Amino acid sequence: MNEDYRTTESEKLKPPVTSVGVIGWLKGNLFNSWFNSVLTIVTLYFLWITVPSFIRWAFVDSLWISTGAECHQAGGACWSIIPANIRFILFGFFPYESQWRPLLAMILLVGLLYYSQNRNHWKKSLAYAWILGLFIMGLLMKGGLFGLDSVESTQWGGLPLTLLLSVFGLTAAYPLGVVLALGRQSKMPAIKTVCVIYIELIRGVPLITLLFMSSVVFPLFLPEGITVNKILRAQAAIILFTAAYIAEVVRGGLQGMSKGQYEAAESLGLNYHQTMRLVILPQALKIVIPPTVSILISAFKDTSLVVIIALYDILKTTQSVLSDPKWMGFSAEAYIFIALIYFVCCFSMSNYSRRLEKELDRSL
Amino acid sequence: MPEIGKDKTADSLPEAVPFFNDPAKRAILFQLSAMLIFGLLGYYLITNTLANLERQAIATGLGFLEKESSFEIGESLISYSAADTYARALLVGVLNTLIVSFVGIILTVILGTFIGVARLSTNWLVSRIAAVYIEVFQDIPVLLQLFFWYAIFYELLPSPKEAFNPIAGVFLTNRGLVFAIPEAHPAHKYIAVAFFSGCVLVYLLRRWAKRRQEKTGRLFPVFRVSAGILLGLPVITWWLAGAPIAMDVPVLSGFNFKGGVNISPEFTALLLGLVLYTAAFVAEVVRAGIQSVSHGQTEAAMSMGLKSGQILNLVILPQALRVIIPPLTSQMLNLTKNSSLAVAIGYPDFVSVAGTTINQTGQAMEGIAMMMVVYLFFSLTTSAFMNWYNKKIALVER
Repeated sequence: MNEDYRTTESEKLKPPVTSVGVIGWLKGNLFNSWFNSVLTIVTLYFLWITVPSFIRWAFVDSLWISTGAECHQAGGACWSIIPANIRFILFGFFPYESQWRPLLAMILLVGLLYYSQNRNHWKKSLAYAWILGLFIMGLLMKGGLFGLDSVESTQWGGLPLTLLLSVFGLTAAYPLGVVLALGRQSKMPAIKTVCVIYIELIRGVPLITLLFMSSVVFPLFLPEGITVNKILRAQAAIILFTAAYIAEVVRGGLQGMSKGQYEAAESLGLNYHQTMRLVILPQALKIVIPPTVSILISAFKDTSLVVIIALYDILKTTQSVLSDPKWMGFSAEAYIFIALIYFVCCFSMSNYSRRLEKELDRSL
Repeated sequence: MPEIGKDKTADSLPEAVPFFNDPAKRAILFQLSAMLIFGLLGYYLITNTLANLERQAIATGLGFLEKESSFEIGESLISYSAADTYARALLVGVLNTLIVSFVGIILTVILGTFIGVARLSTNWLVSRIAAVYIEVFQDIPVLLQLFFWYAIFYELLPSPKEAFNPIAGVFLTNRGLVFAIPEAHPAHKYIAVAFFSGCVLVYLLRRWAKRRQEKTGRLFPVFRVSAGILLGLPVITWWLAGAPIAMDVPVLSGFNFKGGVNISPEFTALLLGLVLYTAAFVAEVVRAGIQSVSHGQTEAAMSMGLKSGQILNLVILPQALRVIIPPLTSQMLNLTKNSSLAVAIGYPDFVSVAGTTINQTGQAMEGIAMMMVVYLFFSLTTSAFMNWYNKKIALVER
């Protein structure tokens, strides 16, 4: 009887207004202690000061389509610098009438990346699609075949150059990194020493020294009369640099393999190559997919350093727009635009990596 | 297979195996051929290089270090002029790199810890803002951030004549950050001595307090007393020396400020960019470290009657630091390596000075080699120190 009475009574009672709905949420998440209340108020005050003035600058007082001179008179942001120079920022010195080619190449790349997101598509055919895709991209950029005009690589620039350096950089660095990681785990002292020295040396110096090396020292290495163009040299530096980082990530995966896997492969009579190819690497590389994606992200960001050796990547094209007297003084707007491009690319990659980590966690 | 029957004993096995099937001998063969390939490659590169250097009449060796550099350096910690040697110019560069990395690392650890803790705050607003900060600053190349801050300095800040003056004695201009410092006074030396003796005293006091606690179990208010010593000794010395309060206030004269300390826009932009970028990564490291200590540890410590300060000091931090230190080290190294981007905004760090040296002497090989050696030295010493520290705080298992 007593029990019945209690249940009915508690059913009638509603939770207090202060613990449900908007007020409940506010109380639980913003004002749950005196310290948090103070913190919330201080933060809100800070936002109240900064956000409206930023919105005023960026949206209310801003100009979106105008000339540089009109911008100099207005007080707000001058986003017009972007539409007025968008083709130079994105494509650099690529011949104006053939700029559809790098655009098509970029769309192809984004399409391939998008398709590769789904793990159900990870089959052999995808690898062939990538090889074909990279070939077509190269063809679109370089031309000279199928009636496309040939474009010297010195004219490449802007976003395609950034994407090219990072995609080709990672594609070439990956196998090299795997080989280096295997070398570091090797039982042969000479091979192991060479790999350890290489990895530690490269990881100990900044990328910029390697880029300097590619631009001033590398030409000295070649016999007289042979020259390699600047983009290719910078690409080589990025590959050598990224490979060392990939090697360390892959080593992590190799060390994560239990000894039983090696012993099982040995007891099946597999030799070293078969053990690695069929048993160890497929598992080890799968474990390290998420950290590999973060290497991809940092490689993508690091390609911006080629500015320092005067290659016209997207940052450099922006800077040369900014040095035009007509558009001088609008660095903040232009850099925010470039930052947005980088942010969208990196953010989607890191989001993807997080999702993949969850998926792989379940399947392993 | 009749051979199996024959080779029963292990001794006869080596003769039955041809040398290319014996892993030990094959390994030697592999290594020899690898060495041979590397040797040939090295020989090819060296002969090409020597031939090229001779053809272009470029000197070799480190002899240029003794010569006069004949270029100016914008800012320097030690006295330097264009008449000094290349060696001194490079030293100026190394010191500039060290100062920006050192200040940067300290600020990054403070800011990163702050944001990492904010990310875990129960306050929804603070935690969201920290999350947005981490995501945004991680995903934008550090070079772009440097350019951005440098441009902000140049375009938004006023000229020295209309300097922005937030607090008395501090001026923000497009020529840098200028602020007042106490005027030179003989008492400063004694204050420094007092501070350092305070440090030694605190160290001894801590040891004594720890030993006493281990013996008798009695606690000593170490923190309050050390804070008192560290602050009190210098203040007393200052007061005894007659309490000099004269300030060297910067005054506008002509187009720039005179007096006070002037921090160049290059340095400030570099520091700001590096700190804001690296702090986003450090925040993630700190967050992961704190989350790695399970809540049960806190509850266990509470049930033992420890105070919240003690819980943090004796239970949470020792465990969290073990997770935090290794990735934190690599972030510190990243900051040091990224400080080489100074060359892009014109701060005379080591890479920038070495680059000028290469341009003037043409000795690219030596210049690049020196850059690599210097950064390798930084990396190896930092990681050696951190390995030692890591070993010291590592879990000692039975």
